[in-house]
Amino acid sequence: MSEENGMSRRMMLVKLGIFLNAIVGAVLAMPIVRFLFSPVTREKKFGYESWLSLGGLEQFPAGQTRLATYRNPVTNSWDGETADIACWVRNVDGQTFQVFAINCAHLGCPVRWFPQSSLFLCPCHGGAYYQDGSRASGPPERGLFQYNHKIEDGKIFIKAGEMPTPGRAANTQSGGATCA
Amino acid sequence: MRLIQKIGEWLDLRLQLGASIRETAKHPVPRETASWFYVFGSAALTCFMLQVVTGILLALIYVPSGGEAWNSLQTLNHGISLGWFIRALHGWGSNFMVAIVLIHMVQVFLFGAYKFPRELTWIVGVLLLLVTLGMAFTGQIMRFDQDAYWGLGIGASIVSRVPVIGPWAVNLMLGGPIIAGATLSRFFALHVFIVPGLLIAFVGVHLLMVLKLGINEWPMPGRVVRRATYMQEYRELTHKQGIAFVPNAVWKDMLFSGFILLAIATCAVCFGPFGPGGQPDPTIIQTAPRPDFFFLWIYALLSFLPPSAETPILLIGPAVGIIVLLVLPFFAGEGEKSWKRRPIAVLTILLIAVALGTMTHLGQHTPWSPVMDAWSSEPIPSQYVRGRTALERQGALVFQAKQCHNCHSLGDRGGERGPALDSVALRLTQDQLIRQVIQGGGNMPAYGKNLSPAETTALVAFLKTLHPATQVPARDASRAVALGAGETAADP
Repeated sequence: MSEENGMSRRMMLVKLGIFLNAIVGAVLAMPIVRFLFSPVTREKKFGYESWLSLGGLEQFPAGQTRLATYRNPVTNSWDGETADIACWVRNVDGQTFQVFAINCAHLGCPVRWFPQSSLFLCPCHGGAYYQDGSRASGPPERGLFQYNHKIEDGKIFIKAGEMPTPGRAANTQSGGATCA
Repeated sequence: MRLIQKIGEWLDLRLQLGASIRETAKHPVPRETASWFYVFGSAALTCFMLQVVTGILLALIYVPSGGEAWNSLQTLNHGISLGWFIRALHGWGSNFMVAIVLIHMVQVFLFGAYKFPRELTWIVGVLLLLVTLGMAFTGQIMRFDQDAYWGLGIGASIVSRVPVIGPWAVNLMLGGPIIAGATLSRFFALHVFIVPGLLIAFVGVHLLMVLKLGINEWPMPGRVVRRATYMQEYRELTHKQGIAFVPNAVWKDMLFSGFILLAIATCAVCFGPFGPGGQPDPTIIQTAPRPDFFFLWIYALLSFLPPSAETPILLIGPAVGIIVLLVLPFFAGEGEKSWKRRPIAVLTILLIAVALGTMTHLGQHTPWSPVMDAWSSEPIPSQYVRGRTALERQGALVFQAKQCHNCHSLGDRGGERGPALDSVALRLTQDQLIRQVIQGGGNMPAYGKNLSPAETTALVAFLKTLHPATQVPARDASRAVALGAGETAADP
């Protein structure tokens, strides 16, 4: 066996080694990628978004806007208080309700309701919204996010489970029409 | 002493490191680089080492769990002997590290150090700036309080605006559909494993290149960098006129690093640790979230961008900025190094410094945010209600009750979101005031639905009194013609 032949044979074995490791690497990469992307694929899981009770209607008098809280439907035991989410419930006339996300449509800061001036104001960059959630002024491009809601057995339920952000408000409705 | 020497010889025979360490220490550097201007790189590394040590100490106690992190920080602050001091060292060390990295970057930019053959050293340096800022941002999340929680919300809102993949990217960033335990866990992994790993790797490459290519020589006006001749010229500077790094230059690095450590410790003792602020409970909404010092300028920028341009600027701006920094050495790889012959470079630094400084200042004062409690805590100055009619005083009451004071200041008290109203009657006529109150506009909400006609009348009557006694309020000249001569007399 010539030295050249020996070299090429060993080189072939080296290539075989690289090939084998590439295959193993590719096979291992799949579960790693799936693991990493589990927060994204979990969206399809049952119970990700569900109807949650905000409590009896008597807590939300007609013509007023009140703060309500709920526990997120999907939680881990170590989430602590971060899984408690707040929202604003507006009882328009005793029949019609609006449920606004706490998150400003600009960058997600918690908006505060001022009944005296009938405005929602954001502490971060000064976004302001009218009582129907439509944009009044400031940097937000749109009105407050609204949750879908229904009334059953004298309680108000909202469909929630995901933090509303400007890019994914598909599950929520936009606030009322923009007024100048 | 003989024993130590023997152990050293025994180790070196096996490790074979002594000769290369001695060679590295004694490597020649250009004479003028033994300067106080060349100490910032080593000081940044010293800060990083302090962060590693204090970070490991904090990790002995800290619990990276959404439900427990805040409590474990309280234990660190109050329950463990000198836990507050270690937290303070880590917090102040972080601020010093960002500041020194920035100063180092300005220095190497002004000294033309990014030019041939140190382009890659600069590029790795830009990556080091990014990972340092990444450490600062993720570290702010570790202090899992209200600011951290809503800061994550701001981050998620920005990420969600990325076209097409935005919604998925938010879930990937948060580790789930909401900000919760999974979010803190992944930011913990970023803060203690991934980003520091990158940082150590980049620092290694950065230092290796500084040693292989040599430290940038002191720039002299007229000494122009040319690819063909530079290496030869640099060899002259180092090997013919140069001095050994140890001990000629290193003592300044050591003194400065020691001084910086002392300064960090002094700040830690005098000012204590940062927070944590309120509990990360999203149902507590009486909060005004604000990022840490080095991100305040972004916070300010976000309130000034016009709504329509905000998303593209947010998404494209940082990418453009980073690309400009990365390709800089390819556009200006040759030529003058001295800042005395590079006016554009100096002006660029000044412009950026003034812009960042102004934005940071505004970020601290947030004039764009309504003062949420001004309507109930800031009285109207007494000279604005003394001697006024009943209607005008009723208007002052409306001004407070409808929270106008939250956005408009009177006598320098109250919000700065809208213009100060101390002399509004000089600027707007009665009709203009009515229109502005009812219809809003120019970033003011419309109050038409929220004010009765009587309240509007009273409010405008009050606003019309707001002008200096010596100046005549604005008046619509055609009003007298339209309504008859009697109107002007009744309209003071």
